[in-house]
Formats: sequence, C-alpha cells, structure tokens
Amino acid sequence: MIWVDTLVQGILMGGMYALFAAGLSLEVGIMRLVKLAHGDLIVMAAYLILLLVTLLGLSPFVAAAIAAPVMYLIGWGLQKHLLNRTLGTDILPPLLVTFGLSIALQNALLEGFSADSQRLPTGAISTASLDLGVLTVGVLPLLTFGSAVAVIVGLNQLFYRTELGRAFRATSDDPITASLMGIRPGNIFAKATAIAMLVVTLAALYLGMRSNFDPNIGPARLIYAFQAVIIGGLGSLWGTLAGGIIIGLAQTIGAAINPEWQILAGHVAFLVVLLLRPRGLFPRAFD
Amino acid sequence: MNTQSHIPTYVVTTRTKASQVTAVVSVPLLALLILLPFFAGRGLIQDLFFVLTMLVLAQFWNLLAGYGGMVSIGQQAFVGMGAYAMFGGVILAGIDPIPAILLGGVAALIVAIPTAFFAFRLQGPYFAIGTWVIAEVMRLIMAQVQSLGGGTGTSLPRAATREMWATEWIAELFDVRNSAARDILTYWLALALAAASIAAIYALLRSKPGLALSAVRDNPEAAKSVGVDAGRMKWFVFLASAFGTGLAGALIYVQKARISPDAAFSVTDWTAYVLFIVIIGGIGTIEGPIIGVIIFFLLQSLLADFGSWYLFTLGIIGILVMLIAPRGLWGLITDKTGIQLFPVRRRLRGGTANTPKN
Amino acid sequence: MSLLTTKGLTAHYGDFQALFGVDITLNEGETIAIIGANGAGKTTLMRSISGVLQNSPAMITLSGQQIGGLSADEILPLGLAMVPEGRRLFPSLSVEENLLIGTYGRKVDGYWTLEAIYDLFPILAERRTNPGTALSGGQQQMVAIGRALMSNPKVLLCDEISLGLAPVVIKDIYAAVPKIQASGASLILVEQDIGQAMKVADRVYCMMEGRVTLDGAPDSLSRDDIHAAYFGVSA
Repeated sequence: MIWVDTLVQGILMGGMYALFAAGLSLEVGIMRLVKLAHGDLIVMAAYLILLLVTLLGLSPFVAAAIAAPVMYLIGWGLQKHLLNRTLGTDILPPLLVTFGLSIALQNALLEGFSADSQRLPTGAISTASLDLGVLTVGVLPLLTFGSAVAVIVGLNQLFYRTELGRAFRATSDDPITASLMGIRPGNIFAKATAIAMLVVTLAALYLGMRSNFDPNIGPARLIYAFQAVIIGGLGSLWGTLAGGIIIGLAQTIGAAINPEWQILAGHVAFLVVLLLRPRGLFPRAFD
Repeated sequence: MNTQSHIPTYVVTTRTKASQVTAVVSVPLLALLILLPFFAGRGLIQDLFFVLTMLVLAQFWNLLAGYGGMVSIGQQAFVGMGAYAMFGGVILAGIDPIPAILLGGVAALIVAIPTAFFAFRLQGPYFAIGTWVIAEVMRLIMAQVQSLGGGTGTSLPRAATREMWATEWIAELFDVRNSAARDILTYWLALALAAASIAAIYALLRSKPGLALSAVRDNPEAAKSVGVDAGRMKWFVFLASAFGTGLAGALIYVQKARISPDAAFSVTDWTAYVLFIVIIGGIGTIEGPIIGVIIFFLLQSLLADFGSWYLFTLGIIGILVMLIAPRGLWGLITDKTGIQLFPVRRRLRGGTANTPKN
Repeated sequence: MSLLTTKGLTAHYGDFQALFGVDITLNEGETIAIIGANGAGKTTLMRSISGVLQNSPAMITLSGQQIGGLSADEILPLGLAMVPEGRRLFPSLSVEENLLIGTYGRKVDGYWTLEAIYDLFPILAERRTNPGTALSGGQQQMVAIGRALMSNPKVLLCDEISLGLAPVVIKDIYAAVPKIQASGASLILVEQDIGQAMKVADRVYCMMEGRVTLDGAPDSLSRDDIHAAYFGVSA
C-alpha cells in the first residue's frame, strides 16, 4: 500500500510546513507584515538550540524550552525598535528592510557557524515508529504534526477567547480606533511578533531534529511558509494547516514519481491554487 | 468695451539647467567610454562591464518597483531565462552568441507573460514572494534540461566563442588575444545597452504613458478614475523590465561563457545586489541607480575578500538607508540642492505678463 | 468645577491650520454641545482632545493634568473616552466583543457594565454575537456609544452621533443621553444637526473655520446669532 504510506507521509510533513507558517500567519494577519527574514529566523532559532545543546549538554527539547523566551525577547525587540518604524502605507520599507535583515542574518550565521550542515542530536526518537497495523508512521513526524495542531488550537484560543486576542484583532482592523481603547498598537505588534517567535522556536526544534540545516536554508522555509499561508487564505490558521498539508502532499507525491521533482511539485501545487482560488481556500481577513 | 483678451501661452516642460548640462556632458563622456579600450587595461574593461550590466539590471528593477510600484524579488527569473535562451540558441541551434542575446531578451519577455499572469493575482509583499517562487520554479525546470547541462550547467562551445561576431576584427584592431577581444566586444555591447536603457526609460517617463505610470503608482484608483488603464500600464512595465533584464542576463552570460541554474537564477547576485544598488542610490529616480552602482562597485572592491561579512554589511547598510534616508543618496542630494539630471516632473513655463481685464 | 479645558488650542494638518486658538471649558456634570458646519474644525477639536492628534501639553487640561501632548492610549486610562466620527466599529469583533474592548485600557468599577449597556440598548443584547459591522447604522452607533461607556469615563466625547441616521433613529439615540448624564459622565456632543444637541446641552459652542464664534446657554442664543455664527453671513 505504497500510496497510503505516501499520503500519510505527505500529511505529516504538512505539519512541519504548518509550523513554519503559523508564526508568519499570525504576523500577516495582525500587521499585514510579511517578514522576508522569517525563514532565517527559524534557522537562527535552530542554531540557538544547537548552541544550548552543545554548550550545556541539554536535550533538544529542554534547549528549545530555554531558547523560546530568548526568541520571544528578540522578536519583541526586533518588532518594537526596528520593524514598527517601517510600518505605514508604503509597502517598500518593510519589504526592503526585512530583505536586508534576511541577508544580514544568513551571513552572520555563516560567519558564526560556517556553512557546515548541522543536526540536532535526537537519539532514539528520530527513528522510532508507531505500528498502526495498516502502516507505520514515524514518531517524530507524528509529534511534529501534533505540535502543529496544538499550536493552531492554542493560537485560535488566544485570538478568539482572550482579551489580548481581541486587542490583536481590533488593532489589525483599525489601529487608530484601537488606540482610543487604550491599546498601544506598537506594543501589540511587538507582542504578536514575540509570540510568533515562540512558534518559530518550536518549528526550529523539529526542523533541526528531522533534517540537516545550514545558514542558507532560510529562504526555502520562507517560501514554504508563505505558500501555506496563501493557499490556506489570509487570516485563517486552520487554513494555514490545510495549506501546509497540501504542500506536503504535493511534495511527497512528486517525490514518489521522481525524487528530483519534489520541490517543484510543491511550487506547482501553489501555482495551481493561485490560479483557481487567488484568495486561498479559507480567506477570512477583511483586506 | 474692451475686447482685448490676452490668453497666456503655457508650455509643459521638464527641462532644467542641470538636465541641459547633463545632456551636453553626456556626449563627450560617451565618446570617452567608447574609446576606452584603446588605452585601458583588460581589468578595467571587465570591471566596467560588470558595472554597466548591473546598472542595466538596476534601471529596470527601478522602473518596475520605483516607478511601477511593483516590488519584485524574482527578476533573477529573467536573467536566468535570458541567459539560458542564449545558451540554447548557441548550443542547440548553432546561432552566434551575439544575436542570441536578442533571443534571450525575447525569451524573457515570453516567460514574463505567464509570470505576470500568476504574480498579478497577488498584492504587495505577496507579489514579491510570488515572483521569487516563480523564479525558483524556472530554476528547477532548467535544472532538468539535460541538453543545457542540467543541474551542474555547461559552457559555451569553444568554436562559438572563438568565432563570435566581430571578435576577429577587434583582435586585429587592438592587437590582443581572442579572449580579450571578447571582453572588449561585450563591454561595448554593455555600454550600448546601458545607454539605450537609460534613454528608453527616460523617454518613457517623459511621455504621456510615463505620466500615467506615476499616477498608477501613487494612487491606482484615482488614476483609473481619470481614464488611465492601470492594468495595461502594469503589464507594459512588467514586460518591458523583463525584456531589458533578459537582454542583460544573456549578455552577462556571453561574457561568462559558463552557466549553471544556481548561478543564473541566483537571488543574491541578481536581486539582492540590484536592490542594494537601487536603495542606496535612490529608488524612483534615474540618477539613483547610477550613483548606487558606483558605490556598490567601490564597496565590493573594498570588501570582496571578506566573504560573508561583505554581504552582511550590505544587508545592514540597506536596512539603515531604508530607515534613515529612504530616498537614497540621490534623494538626499536632490533634497538639498534641488538638482535633477534626468528631470521628469512637468512644470508650466510661459504665460504672458498681461492678464485678462474685466 | 472645570473638568476639561482647552486654552489657545491650535492644530495643523501639515501646512494647513485647522484650529486657531480654541478655548473650551467643560465643567463637572455638564453637557456641552459644539456645533458648526462641515469643515469648521469640530472633529479636529475632538481628535486633539482625545489624543489622536498631539498638541502642546499645556493646551489641554483634564482634571488639572496637562494632556495636550499625550496619545489616545495614554488618555483613555485617565477617564476620557470618545465615540469617534463614523462609529468605527471593529469588523473582526462581534457586538459583544466590541463592547468588551472598551475596557481594555481602563477597568474601573462603575455604573457601566455589559448588562447596563444591554439595558440601555436592548436591541444589542439580541445581536451580541453578530459581527460588529453587520448591524444597521443606528445599532452600530449604539455599539460605539456602549463601547466608550464601558470604560466608565468621566468625560465622554461624542463626535457626530447623528450622522447619516434617520430622524426616528436619532431620537432613539438621544433618548439614551439623559441616562448617560445621570450616570455621572460629563459630555461633549459635537453635531452638525443642532436640534437634538441643543435640547440636552447646558451650554453651546459654535465653531466656524477653526474658531469659536459663539458660546452660551441654548435658550440665551437667538436664531440669528446662531445663524451668523454657524454660517458666517448675516441672515
């Protein structure tokens, strides 16, 4: 039953892409800001985790738990002091500043860590699998997918059931009127990016455990994240999960036909969705 | 009853003192550049080739983003396709590399049509990443074309490079080896392309469609309400930029004579550097990229040995310039002095001293 | 006891000056109306007081504190809330969430709670889960007023709450004003339609082209005075 196996693998891989995308989706939904450095921030978090693992001998999970608040603060500072200054009606500044950030980050990491491929030491879990009778699934991909779902559930709860979530949505609608409610848009944006960085850290953990990483793989992650967000539809986190799954499926099916077609298949799926449903599958935001 | 009515006559003009000076100075400057191979070393010619081709890329990205309002980070698609089409013409159809450059421009233009079709479905930052995705698709597709080297790439056949148009004549004229003659030839072509691009872009901006373009960039809805076909304008600018970029890409790879998908579709070489040039120099002006490319070249000469720190520095400078001086170096100069070498703003000149009396 | 005063308030939009030295006083427990034609500067005045526009600190004083230079998010916690022109509800929030967001910056025990708002405008209770903007104009105005009241403000600014509404609906909205006054809030009502505003106000200011042209108690002002102050031409 090769095809069932391929499908399941594709869906689980979708969980990985959804994790890449969830943080981006949050930022895009609230701030209409696409950080071209998003993928590089994931890679940076992976290196941070690696650093903690090698320096302190911790397990990747514990290291990630420590790295998370660090990334939170970095995200907060980045948004508050750099990116908030680019927000406005002109689309050029945020694009160009985050592009410059992407280049700077990649090369700083290159200088700091060299271009060597790295991997987080994972131990038994990387090869462990679950026998479900009709097929076997890897524990790590399952964990990744489960984390993605948990993150999206958590973010939705935050957005729709908490006061902070109300503030996020209000600020996204109308920052000026939001300030009349005592909301500080600049702080809200900083908080949004900071929370997104928590998701980024989780994504980095699974990225580092599952495959090799080096300073230059950031842009490809950005593209997958972006594709998942667009396919899913702006403003919908479950849509982002669906988008991730579609890309994951397209890639695994493409790879099953011809290994060299894996990435191309994902791009083609994106273009097809763009052709048929330009606003994505579940668009929600009032753009 | 006083029937005299003095109707003032007005003339719309873009000419300024500085622009007149520029027009006058550019003639001997161009002549100097054309005659340069007679007394310059090969190194300088190669450096200038690099500067001129980057200038062409920058001018067309500036047209697209600065004037057209379409921020693309996927122009490498057209550099790559232009270069590969040229290679295809030479290797598969036996065409001489020089006319094959035109083939490169046309190929980029053709490929730009489906690109625009997909990309225009997206706005703002999504448009930007969308263009990048499409460039990646092209890179991945070209890596599958085995007849052009597949993933590892290929070189121009020696016969083709040795017998390129006019190289023999140039080799004799300057008494240099064939490879140096190629460098001189490509240099002249780059000079011609750069001059033609600047002239064409300037002419466009001074024309009625050019005015419409500014209107569309500033406020598409308002532009449409006065009858500007915003959609047509966007298509025209996108295709024109693709064509120019494709020509430049093909020319660059005639000189390099070796191609690979990763190099020809490189985001760093054909987008990051170009963005840097335009931002530092001044986006939305013709003078900006000219200044930008000079600064870029100086920076590269100074820092190229430092590998990643060089790129890191470029990134940081780009960020700082965007935050502090978003209109770039030329923007600062224009703000302080009001000088415009390639002015496009229309002013009213004329009128008479008499005004109608009631 | 003066609660809110502006002294020589000026405001600019770039090169364009919108306010030329406006002096307004709101006393505790008072309701004042500010009337004037389109473009008179009324909304600019409201935006200045509420902090959407920043001015010199000393130009605006609230309970003795200089607030002229503060931003809106700093002014709300001090007890000044605004019902903005055009209502400006949040489309991504439901009616109830729009009301709740009003307490984000200022949580004070007071008369106005969610129940009290639903009591004031019962129709909103029926629509509490609808998206904020899926309501009629009048109902949206009710939400906007409720949203501002949720912070139990000492000073409530109402910018053209009758704009675009049918006369019958305007009466309904203004029927709520006495209850708002009774809860202890001091009101500034900005209106183009002077009928309703003059009925509930203790004092009236008239503005034209960025200046105060008339002020006094409603019954002390003649029709001709108002006409001249409003339009700038003698009747």
